[in-house]
Amino acid sequence: MIDLIGKRYYYFLISLIVIVPGVIALIVWGLPLAIDFTGGSSLEVKFDAGKAPQPAQVITLYNSMGIEDVAAQTSEGDILIIRSKEIDEATKTKIVNQMGTQFNSTVTILRFDTVGPVIGKEVTNNAAIAVGVAAIAILLYITLAFRGVPHAFRYGTAAIIAMIHDTLVVLGFEALMGHFLGWEADSLFLTALLTVIGFSVHDTIVVFDRIRENSTIYRKLSFERVVNHSIIQTLGRSINTQLTVMVCTASLALFGGITTRQFATVLLVGIFSGTYSSIFNAAPILVVWENREWRNWFGRSAKSNTAEA
Amino acid sequence: MNRNSWTMLLIGLILIFAIWIVSPLNTGINVLGFTRSGTQPLGLDLRGGLQVILQASPPPGQTSIDPQSLQDTKQILANRSNALGVSEITFQVSGNNRIVGEFPGLTNTDQVIAALKQVGQLAFIPMGNERLQEGSTVAVDYNKTWSAAQPYGTATQAATPTGQPGATSTPKAETSATPAPTETPTKIYYPLMTGTALSSVAVTTDSLGKYEISFVLKDQYKQIFGDFTANHVNEILGIVLDNKLISAPSINSAIPDGKGVIQGSFTYESANALAINLRYGSLPVALTVIESRAVGATLGQDSINKSILAGIIGLTLVIILMLVNYRLPGFIAVLALGVYAMINLALFKLIPVTLSLPGIAGFVLSIGMAVDANILIFERLKEELRAGRQLHTAIDLAWRRAWPSIRDSNISTLITCLILFIFGSTYGASFVSGFAVNLALGVGVSLFTAIIVTRTFLHVALDNLRFVEHPAWYGI
Repeated sequence: MIDLIGKRYYYFLISLIVIVPGVIALIVWGLPLAIDFTGGSSLEVKFDAGKAPQPAQVITLYNSMGIEDVAAQTSEGDILIIRSKEIDEATKTKIVNQMGTQFNSTVTILRFDTVGPVIGKEVTNNAAIAVGVAAIAILLYITLAFRGVPHAFRYGTAAIIAMIHDTLVVLGFEALMGHFLGWEADSLFLTALLTVIGFSVHDTIVVFDRIRENSTIYRKLSFERVVNHSIIQTLGRSINTQLTVMVCTASLALFGGITTRQFATVLLVGIFSGTYSSIFNAAPILVVWENREWRNWFGRSAKSNTAEA
Repeated sequence: MNRNSWTMLLIGLILIFAIWIVSPLNTGINVLGFTRSGTQPLGLDLRGGLQVILQASPPPGQTSIDPQSLQDTKQILANRSNALGVSEITFQVSGNNRIVGEFPGLTNTDQVIAALKQVGQLAFIPMGNERLQEGSTVAVDYNKTWSAAQPYGTATQAATPTGQPGATSTPKAETSATPAPTETPTKIYYPLMTGTALSSVAVTTDSLGKYEISFVLKDQYKQIFGDFTANHVNEILGIVLDNKLISAPSINSAIPDGKGVIQGSFTYESANALAINLRYGSLPVALTVIESRAVGATLGQDSINKSILAGIIGLTLVIILMLVNYRLPGFIAVLALGVYAMINLALFKLIPVTLSLPGIAGFVLSIGMAVDANILIFERLKEELRAGRQLHTAIDLAWRRAWPSIRDSNISTLITCLILFIFGSTYGASFVSGFAVNLALGVGVSLFTAIIVTRTFLHVALDNLRFVEHPAWYGI
């Protein structure tokens, strides 16, 4: 039988390679928060074909009207998305008229959002609470669902670690995209993140469920072998489910409207990470815990450890 | 009939019912008081429109807002927004101090907010013999009451007493609603009584067929009104709404019964709008706009088309994957997926779920998750078959053994949905809750279709088609 679990430290290494750049991006550039969280106004306008001005021109226009904190971004289809401090309807109308004359084009307002700073702050706080509550609720549920097996708490913890893994992947990805492509984390991003968390746990439970089942069947096998066996048994399902969910999100990302594109892409990345972390992080963590391998981490290199395992 | 036939019959009935609901020919449901329109309600992000979140601050001297006054405010806003002439405007109380208003088809924030800001501060001001043109701006100090000893006041421009009434009266709505009068020094009128004195208001016509507004005062004000009118015959009693003189009738005779009419150049619409304003008066709480989101109709239509395209492509790919991987069971799962989609769409109409873009995304995603339960079972089925079990036994075992993981994984998804839903509905992020509702519905329905529908179909196929017993039909 293929020994998947023996190479567990390589999987951890792969996770680190993926996560570290994202985390660095998060620390250096931060998460590009949309007005949903920061407060402010966002105006999305469409110009006549080929008439869309450069973002810098629009920023100058805004500044000339005394509006600060302006960020503008072009989007396909002669669309411009401009984020700024809070502006009111009258100012917006003035801006749109001014854009019309200055850039000699009809200007269609596709979207105009204004979020007060109070609500922005609240959303941010409560988003953090929502993620926290979700984590605790899931930990409790897993502990309950696995109460029959020894060390039920470990399963819950491992699932949460895998969940944190996926959260970091998604946050890091968003930070990178924000820096290089001008993406912004809005409420839709938050929805995607929470969905990824849900899916991550969903996937982890499927693998754990098999370990739970096999632990009672193969009492004589070592825990490591049981886990390995379980992963291989669920691999077909994991890959196939992964594929179906991915074709759904990928078609949303590729063919869906511009509004859901970033959302679907984040989901795609997060769900892929979710499947990876269930198989290659959550299950191996159970083995590491069972063997109490951390006792060897500092004595010998991880590599020799793996070879022994 | 055996159990499978009964289940088939049940599935068939549910499916027919679902198709009937979803069918575009269905123009609406009206059964025993249960009514649903024939069309799927769409969210503002799809049809274009404006969403406004209003934050209420407690009345002076109070630290919290009682739920009833928030409900009343919601009702008043709903009435005021009738003036906008757009149907399907909705107001919802969100959390303990917010009201979310949705205005389909409107994108002009100013227009909407202006309609909501119609404060409806009515005052009857004794004006002596002074004749001002109707429509002129007058300054009224709502904190004071008219008395014969002090009929008027004056103010310099700096102290324009048109704004916030104090703790004694109800606070005005919104920020910067009141245009300050421009002339200085301003004559300030003191109200004999305000809109709170009104007991009922109705639009009526006079003998010439002109529209007018008739009102009845509350009992405790009848005496004051009667005395005043008796002593001031032939003088002017101005009727002021939000510092605008809407009518300046002269008192023809004493009015002891507290009944009167407001005449002016009204159309039915303007008379009605005014009557609503008077009837519901000022808001019990002060409101500020803390968030507004407007989506143009073009973007909405574009999103619908693209989402449908994405849905079709996604679904087709899923069907191909299922057929390639699982052959016969895969085909049956695809049939079950059709049942799944129908039931879901029917539920969207029945509940009704307002379909927003994230909602559609949730639905598309749930298609992916719906087949997951089937994949779990079919992978298990392959395993059991490889282990050499008989087909029927293998099917039963596969379903039974896959169940715990299906149950546990879906419960965890439902937990996330619940948290998303609470989060979304508390913060007016209706699209977040929409996504959560659709995903949760999808999970629920998929459990039914993946477990009951697929199994029944498979058993029926086995009972009737002998050739399907060959393992090749199961992707082995």
